[in-house]
Amino acid sequence: MEIPYTVELRRDTGLTNGKIGIWLFLASEVMLFGALFASYILIRTGAPSWPRGDTILNVPLATFNTIVLITSSITMVMAWASLMRRRFGTYRIYMGLTILLGFVFLVVKYFEYSAKFEHHLYPSTNNFLAIYFTLTGLHMLHVAGGMAVNAYLLGPGAKLWKTNPAWFTNRVENSGLFWHFVDLVWIFLFPTLYLL
Amino acid sequence: MTTDHAADMTGHHAADIDKHVKVYISVFVALMVLTIITVAIARVHLPVPIAVGLALLVATVKGSLVACYFMHLISEKKLILAVLVLTGVFFIVLLALPVFTDGNSYGFHEAPPTNAPTEPAASPH
Repeated sequence: MEIPYTVELRRDTGLTNGKIGIWLFLASEVMLFGALFASYILIRTGAPSWPRGDTILNVPLATFNTIVLITSSITMVMAWASLMRRRFGTYRIYMGLTILLGFVFLVVKYFEYSAKFEHHLYPSTNNFLAIYFTLTGLHMLHVAGGMAVNAYLLGPGAKLWKTNPAWFTNRVENSGLFWHFVDLVWIFLFPTLYLL
Repeated sequence: MTTDHAADMTGHHAADIDKHVKVYISVFVALMVLTIITVAIARVHLPVPIAVGLALLVATVKGSLVACYFMHLISEKKLILAVLVLTGVFFIVLLALPVFTDGNSYGFHEAPPTNAPTEPAASPH
């Protein structure tokens, strides 16, 4: 059975099903991260004292990771733009770079986490670290999830380009929407956890 | 056929992509500059309320750039914008509810009456 409205637009929504689907999913993601941000704000405002993030966390590494993730966002959008220009070879380069940058982000986070554990700083140590590990841990899971989807679209999923390039382009766009959302979450996590 | 679909499905015609790419690069540069500004503001060690306000302001500008241009929200269909507005309303309710229900923890409690006894009344026994 053929999946409906993968390329043609639905009359009632004016969108493909994939596009409306990913945006509804992102809306649920806003509520997920929103609930955690709300918890952070409430715990912080209710606490008698709160440490500055830069006294505990590694700001240069996090700044580097911010640059990595923003760069991965532009390589992701360039991957989609390459498909719109019908340049599949360029798409593969940009998508490969996006996955590589996601990997670099995770490696840096691994070193950050390792340094914390070496200093016996765990989620159970205090409220600040509990929030730090929860928010960044959930964010890392999202990075890994986005990388998995992107890897599929670079590998076996790319076969679709030969049979239905429009559908494939839509898939890459939808995957890109998720990836940009992950970047957007980090844009708020970085100052609130590391700098304030 | 597929080219038309590719144009229709995204709302962008392939011929316009070159213009879009220039915008993406400009947004990327702006995001980098704003990241430097974010770190610079933190290094100044401003009072916490000002530092929080400025950091969130810069983060909001950065987030808006990503959402508007990389995620194409600036040219997206109204239905998606409506979904996001509804999400925003729920998010504000989510943020506000604990403050209203647990206000005593956040400095909203009334001051005790000045003539109120500070110690519990002595037991008659």
